[in-house]
Amino acid sequence: MQTKQYPDDVLMLGGHSFHSRFILGSGKFSLSLIQTVMEYGGSEIATIALRRANADSKENILDFLPKNITLLPNTSGARNAEEAVRIARLSRELGCGDFVKVEVIHDSKYLLPDNEETIKATRQLAKEGFLVLPYMYPDLIAARKLEDAGAAAIMPLGAPIGSNRGLQTKEFIRILIEESKLPVIVDAGIGAPSQACEAMEMGAAAVMANTAVATAGDCAAMATAFRLAIEAGRLAYLSKLGRVLEKGAEASSPLTGFLQD
Amino acid sequence: MHVNGVEMTLEQSVSLQDFLMAQGYDIRTIAVERNEEIVPKADYADIMLQDTDILEVVHFMGGGQETIGGHSNADKTISR
Repeated sequence: MQTKQYPDDVLMLGGHSFHSRFILGSGKFSLSLIQTVMEYGGSEIATIALRRANADSKENILDFLPKNITLLPNTSGARNAEEAVRIARLSRELGCGDFVKVEVIHDSKYLLPDNEETIKATRQLAKEGFLVLPYMYPDLIAARKLEDAGAAAIMPLGAPIGSNRGLQTKEFIRILIEESKLPVIVDAGIGAPSQACEAMEMGAAAVMANTAVATAGDCAAMATAFRLAIEAGRLAYLSKLGRVLEKGAEASSPLTGFLQD
Repeated sequence: MHVNGVEMTLEQSVSLQDFLMAQGYDIRTIAVERNEEIVPKADYADIMLQDTDILEVVHFMGGGQETIGGHSNADKTISR
């Protein structure tokens, strides 16, 4: 059995190249499980969050993540651009590199991002040398402004955070993929490998998931399933999907030479 | 003085480094903001705390897409 591959196919984010197109969130896992899940998922990028420290907490998430991965701290908890910038600077101070996932959210019911504040934060952080991946509502106009502001990629939501409801914003993500020069990383709401695969078939550059894996019955097996689905979707995209008939049918073997002829 | 939103009284003049160690923080894994300015680790020993200081002591934890409101982490997010 052979696997056709495109060895030169890499995900480029601000001059860094990655072979995996599966970004894993490290939330909701027990610390001991994170490394296993990252390995089964083959992920090279993991998101982490910044929070107030407890003096008595002795466990450090960084000790539980594989050493060779790229850390992508998010700005969760930020309600406006200023707070996002502040959290990003603190994250960089913690020595995890220049990547940052900008999240600005003040809607506590649906956890929807504020695109306007996200654009502001992206502009400021890009100016300060951060490699900015903004979490966004899939809006083309905002995507263009984010590109202009210096984002390295855009991360539109498929469905509300943590909902596992799939690609509800599919048509708008398709527009972003077609129109934006930036890599489009589908983030939030992806609940099943089939949905991740669909996003990749459409031409998404990567998929990010957390809850789908963390709330699965077997987290390691689900991480594997996501990895395979994302690879399958990418391969399907690169090999260009066959055409779709508007109506009717087309036989895949000749309509002559039947036994009754 | 306020540390992560909790009011405390600074009994005597103490350096940031000594304060953090006395509180039991693991210096390697934290970052500190003093009055909204990040303090580089190299300066911890030189900075003498004032009773009017507002400190935020932060570290990394697991996180994917999550946020304010309704989450268990809501009380741990930094704020003004």
